[in-house]
Amino acid sequence: MADMRGFGSMDLDDRGGTHPFSYSDERSVAPSAGLTPSQTVGPFFAYGLTPGLYGYDFAEVHNADLAGPDVEGTRIVIEGRVLDGAGMPIHDALIELVQADAHGLYVTAARNDGFTGYGRFGTGANGPKGDSRFLFRTVRPGATLAGAAPFLVLIVSMRGLLNHFITRAYFPEDDHGSDPVMAQVPEDRRESLVARAIGPNHYQFDIRMQGSRETVFFDL
Amino acid sequence: MRSITEGRDWGQMPETAFADYRSTGLRAPGKPPVRLEGGWDASIGLRPQWPELARDDADLTVNGRVNGDPIGERIVVEGVLLDGAGHPVPNALIEVWQANAAGRYIHREEIHPAPLDPNFLGAGRCISGSDGSYRFITIKPGSYPWGNHRNAWRPAHIHFSIFGAGLAQRLVTQMYFPGDPTLPYDPIFNSTADPEVRNRLISRFSMEDTIPEWAHCYRFDITLAGAFATPFEEGDGHG
Repeated sequence: MADMRGFGSMDLDDRGGTHPFSYSDERSVAPSAGLTPSQTVGPFFAYGLTPGLYGYDFAEVHNADLAGPDVEGTRIVIEGRVLDGAGMPIHDALIELVQADAHGLYVTAARNDGFTGYGRFGTGANGPKGDSRFLFRTVRPGATLAGAAPFLVLIVSMRGLLNHFITRAYFPEDDHGSDPVMAQVPEDRRESLVARAIGPNHYQFDIRMQGSRETVFFDL
Repeated sequence: MRSITEGRDWGQMPETAFADYRSTGLRAPGKPPVRLEGGWDASIGLRPQWPELARDDADLTVNGRVNGDPIGERIVVEGVLLDGAGHPVPNALIEVWQANAAGRYIHREEIHPAPLDPNFLGAGRCISGSDGSYRFITIKPGSYPWGNHRNAWRPAHIHFSIFGAGLAQRLVTQMYFPGDPTLPYDPIFNSTADPEVRNRLISRFSMEDTIPEWAHCYRFDITLAGAFATPFEEGDGHG
């Protein structure tokens, strides 16, 4: 079993944090000895990872438009908020979107139709007093496995999150009854994985970090 | 290759709800992630395609230049990207961002009263080579205070974002410098319980790779998780 230290206990004590941790100043070990641990993305990733969105003078590797004009498929918009344990929208989260194309195929090599299969959005790009939404323009993915329902993969990173977390957004019109991953999610939590239609081909998917409607994340 | 039924190797990762890092309080998930017996799909092996990068993208002493050199100690940061089996990870996107020599980020919400450097953006990127190697030229970042607790200082660090082969090889981390006196007091660095594991985040000063008359070199080798084994053998396209 994996080590699940820290989950489930959200009691925030106020220890003040001034005590030194044990520490030895040694060279980093040979890499084959183990994984490099994760650290938080912090609050200031915008000018490095999503610079165009925030207006920094640095070209963007990928942005929130995953499908150029030549890409086949139904155009969709998916937007949402990341909500903290108090229900407040988070304005410094990095959301990455990974998805298959309209035929259910992922990007694994260069392709010439302009489909990236990968996009990024930093919430709060409209300023700290903005609405803190993420918003992607893309095409509706096809099913990637027989019997599976189509979905988008979302990767969440932010200040206060020491590890990134991976979730899925399914579409409300689809039958999720035979989806092999949905079937492994406790029934009362499945609703957290289904986007809401808020217009024609326009969806909302809120990510709740805590609480009774906490979004399901997958152990990947 | 790690089976999807084993999930992420949490024993080598930080504790997600690490109370000494206060921002985790309202942001760390309250429930453990759902472990799968299988049934994920080929997104595990996704290989995003990265556009051609600009020539100076990996040289932070040049890519933010307006009318002169950035202030501070020029350094080389280099290393190799490996997977859990010790094999090089080529064609991974490695992005970095950091504070300037005075400990000030260019980010518009940064309020620390230290000077901005008009010639330093503090962001760069490169693609790992066929041998997994990468290299940046930058300015050694300064330490800066933050509001986590009284007299809280982040050790000097460089943020790294890495996307290798598929979802298992996504990693966001931070590189630290050897001998930094603030490391023992930093809850983010110390959020990984095992000292041997978290010390992997400390780069190594390399005299061999230091460039005479020009720049110290710090080496930071990074090990990503191996790719997950694909949990299905047939029909991994669509059905």
